[in-house]
Amino acid sequence: MAWFTDFSKAAIGKKAVMAVSGIILFGFVLVHMIGNLHLYEGPGHLDEYGQFLRHMGAPALPPNGALWIARLVLLSAVVLHIWSAWQVTLMNRAARPTDYTYRPQVHTTYAARTMRWGGAIILLFVIYHLLHFTTGTVHPSFEEGAVYHNVVAGFSVWWVSLFYIVAQLALGLHLYHGVWSLFQSLGWSHPRFNLWRNGLAQAFAWIVTLGNISFPIAVLTGLVR
Amino acid sequence: MNLTLHIWRQGGPDQPGRMVRYDVKDVNEHSSFLEMLDVLNQQLIEKGDDPIAFDHDCREGICGSCGFVINGEAHGPLPKTTVCQLHMRHFKSGDTLHLEPWRSRAFPVLKDLMVNRSAFDRIIQAGGYISVSTGSAPEANLTPIPKPLADRAFEAAECIGCGACVAQCPNGAANLFTGAKVAHLNLLPQGQAERETRAVGMVEQMEQEGFGSCSNFAECEAVCPKGISIDNIARMNRDYLKAKLQGVNRLVVVGA
Repeated sequence: MAWFTDFSKAAIGKKAVMAVSGIILFGFVLVHMIGNLHLYEGPGHLDEYGQFLRHMGAPALPPNGALWIARLVLLSAVVLHIWSAWQVTLMNRAARPTDYTYRPQVHTTYAARTMRWGGAIILLFVIYHLLHFTTGTVHPSFEEGAVYHNVVAGFSVWWVSLFYIVAQLALGLHLYHGVWSLFQSLGWSHPRFNLWRNGLAQAFAWIVTLGNISFPIAVLTGLVR
Repeated sequence: MNLTLHIWRQGGPDQPGRMVRYDVKDVNEHSSFLEMLDVLNQQLIEKGDDPIAFDHDCREGICGSCGFVINGEAHGPLPKTTVCQLHMRHFKSGDTLHLEPWRSRAFPVLKDLMVNRSAFDRIIQAGGYISVSTGSAPEANLTPIPKPLADRAFEAAECIGCGACVAQCPNGAANLFTGAKVAHLNLLPQGQAERETRAVGMVEQMEQEGFGSCSNFAECEAVCPKGISIDNIARMNRDYLKAKLQGVNRLVVVGA
């Protein structure tokens, strides 16, 4: 613990924590999106995929065992990600006590400037998403294990779908700056591959966002029913 | 050409400041921005007013003394140019310009457009050097340096320490300055002996001075009069993180 405190004392250490927790979360959103593509294979396949996630690691792990390990890893990543963001935000606010009277010219990207509020939107979305599809608390007709039914019934409410789409666009912007940024924060910079970093970040953000947005749109347009 | 200037006037470090309007007539378009202010100051002195204080030295764009924010842009609108090399022909008659000092907790305003940049000196003191034995100069060609490395080190060494990076950064971070100084020496063979302690010392001194953190906005790179690349920030991050993972601590704490 003393080691972690020393490592994360400087902002560069905190940004490394943010980048590494970000990598875990990038991996999650990509796998989550790919897994959800089972929706297009029909009710049987998606529900079966849900069962598979619950029984991963059997018989070495009890039912839901691997799922809970993954959840704990993800929760730790989220906590560390937000903690480091909070810490550097406080530091940055303190670093400029007097603002410019003339609004500074902006050279950076929209994605970079919206990391904080975009992150807050994503957090609210994740909480809603868990109450919607995991616990079913805010779902109109939630049935445990009936994943396909829950998705179709859930997305049939147009404003819920709209909220999902807006949240995914926020996620896309967050991923774009986040993926590019992690190379800088961890010092992975070399003239040989620096030109690829921006393209990789854009491709990653587009793939995850378009994949995720397709689900509510498919339900709303009746493609999946 | 005629200009309307709004300039930050502040009597001293602990005094309140405010923007004051000046109407400047018949500005010579061939004069530099600082020469235009010289003319304004002469008029102020003749009227018995206090002239506007601003830092300057070489006026050739290489010393790093000058600099303030013009309409929200450090060193003004022209890329890769310090204010002393910014000529009035780049503005139009009738323009309204807002001049403000670098804004950072680590750069307290001394007077008007002049800030105290000693924080940068202390970052250099914390590791921006190489330790060499005194005596006769070693043979210059004794240490071979690959050309690509020499080029990258030279590009980093171009930093004149003006502070525009801190001024433009929404976080008031000094990562481009410190990154350039760390990378400059850490790229070269002569810098290897103190590579880890340099990275740790300079980064932790930077923190102590009250600068913000890097959000990878690249605002600094956009306004840097020397076009220093943010690749240098990544190099500093890598050296700092590697040193920290190896348990390296800083050797000296500079200043109070």
